Amino acid sequence: MSRARTDAGGGRRRARRTRARRAGPTREGPEGMPSPLRAAARRTARGISLALLGALALVPLAVGAGGAGAAAADAPAQGSTGRIVVGSKNFEESRLLAELFAQLLEARTGLAVERRLGLAGTQVCFEALRGGAIDLYPEYTGTGLASILGAEPKPGPEGDAAATLALVRREFLARWDLHWLAPLGFENAYEIAVPRRLAEARGLASISDLARAAGDLRAVLGYEFVERADGLPGLAAAYGLEFASVQPMQQALKYRAVAAGEADVLDVYTTDGRLASHDLVVLADDRGFFPPYQAAPLVRGAALAEHPEIAAALSLLAGALDAETMRGLNLRLQEGREEEPAVARDALAALGLAGDAPAAARDSAAGEGFGAYLWRRRAQLAARTGEHLALSAGALLLGVLAAVPLGLALERRRNAAEPIIRAVALTQTVPSLALLAFMIPLLGVGPLPALVALWIYSLFPILRNTYTGVRDADPDAVAAVLALGMTERRALAEIRLPLAAPVIMAGVRTAAVITVGTATLAAFIGAGGLGEPIVTGLQLADTRMILSGAVPAALLALAVDTALALLERRLRPPGID
Amino acid sequence: MTELIPASAQPALEARAVAVTYAGGVRALDGVDLAVAAGETVALVGESGSGKSTLLRLFNRTVEPSAGEVLVGGEPVAGRDPVALRRGIGYVPQEGGLIPHWTVRRNVELVPRLEGWERGRRRERARAALALVGLDPESFGGRHPRALSGGQRQRVAIARALAADPPVVLLDEPFGALDALTRRALQDEFLALERRLGKTMLLVTHDLDEAFRLGHRVAVLKDGRIRQVAPPAELAARPADDYVRSLLDRRRAGGAG
Repeated sequence: MSRARTDAGGGRRRARRTRARRAGPTREGPEGMPSPLRAAARRTARGISLALLGALALVPLAVGAGGAGAAAADAPAQGSTGRIVVGSKNFEESRLLAELFAQLLEARTGLAVERRLGLAGTQVCFEALRGGAIDLYPEYTGTGLASILGAEPKPGPEGDAAATLALVRREFLARWDLHWLAPLGFENAYEIAVPRRLAEARGLASISDLARAAGDLRAVLGYEFVERADGLPGLAAAYGLEFASVQPMQQALKYRAVAAGEADVLDVYTTDGRLASHDLVVLADDRGFFPPYQAAPLVRGAALAEHPEIAAALSLLAGALDAETMRGLNLRLQEGREEEPAVARDALAALGLAGDAPAAARDSAAGEGFGAYLWRRRAQLAARTGEHLALSAGALLLGVLAAVPLGLALERRRNAAEPIIRAVALTQTVPSLALLAFMIPLLGVGPLPALVALWIYSLFPILRNTYTGVRDADPDAVAAVLALGMTERRALAEIRLPLAAPVIMAGVRTAAVITVGTATLAAFIGAGGLGEPIVTGLQLADTRMILSGAVPAALLALAVDTALALLERRLRPPGID
Repeated sequence: MTELIPASAQPALEARAVAVTYAGGVRALDGVDLAVAAGETVALVGESGSGKSTLLRLFNRTVEPSAGEVLVGGEPVAGRDPVALRRGIGYVPQEGGLIPHWTVRRNVELVPRLEGWERGRRRERARAALALVGLDPESFGGRHPRALSGGQRQRVAIARALAADPPVVLLDEPFGALDALTRRALQDEFLALERRLGKTMLLVTHDLDEAFRLGHRVAVLKDGRIRQVAPPAELAARPADDYVRSLLDRRRAGGAG
């Protein structure tokens, strides 16, 4: 396999582009540092959300130990030596590096380490870091340059690895007080690859060769690569590249498509373990289009000032990992179906840095049935279900508390009602993932922004049904009791609300199903829940893992709906059909 | 029947030069004078939109006049608390307006309950009121309105209006939604109640026959004005204008509807 380039490299699928990304860092510029006020507000908000989650987990909703345990694990109660939060993006290598950092910090410092792995990409991670919701995460210099700073990669020596690192170090420090620690020793770049037999048949060694042959070749490319300036648009312009077809596709599926002969060209990452296992040839970036992507820990200045031992511990990884090592480690995650804690522990042991990290169960994948798989992961699943339920129930409860009074108020001011209800209806049209992403700059990552986003989703069905339910509740009877001297307030409490209860409950049920379903996306911003195995499973194209989140989530939605249907029946007043 | 009206007494209900203009400039009533003596039943008759329901609703302040004065028991209603005022006035709407998730007994006890009567007294009154309208309190008290026929529901609505024994009862097309036989039966019972209870009653109907049967006096409304107020016999004998005459002609042509 001909590996071309060191200074040319690709990026990462740093998550989907969300709209929040554009509203993100560039808007605020150098003065966008988190103010003490904002930090204080955030801490308070987080405290409230944790308290709420904790309280909700105790609600006797069949959560059991899972919910309470999950909430307790979130509580910042781990002693007085300090606590830091390690984040990662939602792909294997990022998770693995974050786990490595976490284990190393646990072994070498007295800090309690909280993990928020699998955040939905560069934008979410970066915002979380800038806002202080996480203290560090693994990032790549080229991504810092192109995606976060929005700078054009420079060809030649001005754009080499050292110059790029120097540039992002300077800018991140000046703008946000964020520190790039020593690079880990490998780059993980975008590259273009083709199957070996195709390379041999067509004489392809470089991207320039590919440009000449591309007219009848089919490309499968990552979603983000298709969009990014340092992805296909720039590459096509630099090389005059025009494929017969371009199909955006999820990472793991691209490999399958090429292996099945349904596509000819794909974008890959330098350290992807599947490069070796799929017999692919990486084409040389002979015009030096891709910027360098050195991996390094990106850390908040405030965290470093408070805990200088972070830098000392992580410096042990400086230059310690080469691309070959990373390919091997990634392959264990990608195809060996192993989990990050075990792989990270082995990697630290190989580097002579192993501490007494907690042993993680090995995933003995082969031949295991789905039932056995679920049973082995029951503790995680119970915790995830608890988180999921707490999040959904919290959002729904807050939705009822807000939307029912609002619906009643609007019913008394009917002129204002329709515009306001329509405005609330608009929230339903915002894509869930985008809404979650909007929350990041405001509320950071974790359960609180997810709770708020889900709460917003729950409002409309409850509001609409409360308003129409009360408005249409037997107007003849209401007019009669008012004419006989019942007060408006009493008529509302004793007649209109009871009569509207079935309609309101129908709205609550709709909101509940939406909330439980949407809560699976909360994993993208580090709020946990049953979306966690779905997101990770999608990353690994591991159907079993996806199902281990999707099936319980569906069952949960069904159970919640059934429970609310029973409640609805109890609330239905007598004498009504 | 005119001799029943004590001519000297203060009117129980009175409207003086009342006008009602709804939002949008629609004039529902335009300079209406009406006095109802204590113990008298006046039937308001007219077509849809003639203003008869609006006039009725002035007296319990579910409609407010834009000009003129409305008095109940000799006192202007404008200065009184609408809630207290309404509890002293019985009200029977067209479709009954019973509360669907309450039992018949509870529906009938509405005003006594609002007035804070203690339970035994409430029960006693509800029983009496149901018996008054010909419903057996034991077999009907525990039912919900949807388990009743239309006629039974209207009986309950009348019982509810009478439960706290108000001196004045307003009835807004109380039998309008019933079939002819049931209506006839209820009219007969109403007449008996009228004689027995001696309440002041204002009855809205679009049915001239009903107005003639139930009213001591009949007031004919057209386009927000009263064309004539007179006892039925006098109205039939000396219609005040062509409109009243045309109503009488239609009644004769239509038979005893």
